[in-house]
Amino acid sequence: MATQHSRSAARIMIAPAVILLLGWMLVPLVMTLYFSFKKYLPLRGGDLGWVGFENYSRFVTSSSFWPSIATTLTLVVSVLVITVVLGVLLALLLDRPMWGQGIVRILVIAPFFVMPTVSALIWKNMFMDPINGLLAHLWRAFGAEPIQWMSQASMPSIIIIVSWQWLPFATLILLTAIQSLDGEQLEASEMDGAPPVKRFWYIILPHLSRAITVVVLIQTIFLLAVFAEIFVTTGGAFGTKTLSYLIFQRVLESQNVGLGSAGGVYAIILANIVAMFLMRIVGKNLD
Amino acid sequence: MGRITLENVTKTFGDVTVIPPLNLTIEDGEFVVFVGPSGCGKSTLLRLIAGLEDVSGGQIRIDGEDATNLAPAKRKLAMVFQSYALYPHMTVRKNIAFPMKMAGIDQAEQDRRIEAAAKALNLTDYLERRPGQLSGGQRQRVAIGRAIVREPSAFLFDEPLSNLDAALRVGMRMEISELHKKLATTMVYVTHDQVEAMTMADKIVVLQAGVIEQVGSPLDLYRAPRNRFVAGFIGSPKMNFIEGAEAAKHDAQCIGIRPEHLTASASDGQWKGVVGVSEHLGSDTFLHVHDTGLAETMTVRVGGEFALHHGDTVYLTPEADKIHKFDAQGLRIE
Repeated sequence: MATQHSRSAARIMIAPAVILLLGWMLVPLVMTLYFSFKKYLPLRGGDLGWVGFENYSRFVTSSSFWPSIATTLTLVVSVLVITVVLGVLLALLLDRPMWGQGIVRILVIAPFFVMPTVSALIWKNMFMDPINGLLAHLWRAFGAEPIQWMSQASMPSIIIIVSWQWLPFATLILLTAIQSLDGEQLEASEMDGAPPVKRFWYIILPHLSRAITVVVLIQTIFLLAVFAEIFVTTGGAFGTKTLSYLIFQRVLESQNVGLGSAGGVYAIILANIVAMFLMRIVGKNLD
Repeated sequence: MGRITLENVTKTFGDVTVIPPLNLTIEDGEFVVFVGPSGCGKSTLLRLIAGLEDVSGGQIRIDGEDATNLAPAKRKLAMVFQSYALYPHMTVRKNIAFPMKMAGIDQAEQDRRIEAAAKALNLTDYLERRPGQLSGGQRQRVAIGRAIVREPSAFLFDEPLSNLDAALRVGMRMEISELHKKLATTMVYVTHDQVEAMTMADKIVVLQAGVIEQVGSPLDLYRAPRNRFVAGFIGSPKMNFIEGAEAAKHDAQCIGIRPEHLTASASDGQWKGVVGVSEHLGSDTFLHVHDTGLAETMTVRVGGEFALHHGDTVYLTPEADKIHKFDAQGLRIE
């Protein structure tokens, strides 16, 4: 009896959270699905009735659809590679005992606390500006022609900005993972004749695999939805239009809610495909 | 070959001297046990020999060659750690193969050595498992296997049995002793357990605060402890120490008598006392005797079946030739 009572009590107590979460997820999802089958133009006549799958076919056949998928994947994969590789290296470095360790660690974590909009603006105006940016001054100091970052190297610019934001997260998770490594294992491998690089490759990296999995999965979720960084820098121009930015343009710039909603459904499908691939590749690291 | 010589080796951490100048020779093929209370520097000493810590002064020679500044891997020593330090993501086979892989030994030879080690250590059925799927004793054997395949000139053990339960510990103790007889390789073994030291060692090194108190065979240390510390540390239960008038009768500051060298009687004897707690082990009984006027408690070993109970009066008689005498500095008087 006791277990049955506590079970029903548990259900009742957990219900508010479940209901809230369901509402939070289900209402937007159902609305997206609802609008995706309608011709809905808020400033040009409003609800113009059901149109079946027309929005879906229009969205995929649009010339910007496949490029946007490619851009999204390029952004996600590049940022993941950069943050994981640099994150591991930085974590190794921060794990070393050194003078001013506390301050250095706080400095490393700092970018994560800067809002995406703000950090993108800082990068755009203070670093990457072709006339007054720090990088432009650096280029000129070497006698080189400054790069027009936002137009000539638009994708790399956005990848740099987004990586800069997510590197602290990766570093932090990987640092805690490195610190949880049993010191005797490293000593054993040292006794076994493994030089530092091999110790890293055979002992530290396998130990980090689980943390890397976590970093990759969490970052993917957020990177698929990157928006502010594109909005305040290139505004989707110069080949930086990701799927989420394309949807934004369809809904707010073209004022076509139906078409945008269909795009939203494609975004869900893309996210699931990516998630499935990731779980296949890295999921085996999680018990 | 595995002759290890320490000459005036010191170790300091900042201002703290952990090991003051220390000299020790470990002969080839010897089973040497470093024993002492926790914090006495025995593990540090082992890590100095292994090369995991740098010496602050002095010289370490292995087979006559200066190894003081040699990297751990170049010293041809293998170490078994307290936590076993197995690589959790590798199978038992890969764990054992790891040092050979690092040394670049060819695959056929690797396989041969793995098979031989697995057979010797009863691990053949577990080669494809991961350390996480093994019991404590099996992990211990894998760690030993990983050490054996390198064919080192000496093995270093850092409290390898302290994570095992009592029954397993006795078993592993035998296995390690057996292994030493079979391989006839130098072994240096660190423990805080004097029973392990007594049962396994060819030579015991008793350490206290980084200083070697005595070096000798287990029985030498048992029969003729050089000072009070060694006398109290070696032997179980502990030796009884008596100071004052009784010691003065023997022209000593302090005399010591082991529990097994006292006879207890209900009717007559040299010293009179009251029975306190008695510990029955079946084969033996240890009586804790109070109110003797000699020391706070005296421990006596009597037979398994002994008819005295808590509160009874008991008489104790020492074996005269088994009394150890110590002077004011705690040193042995012959």
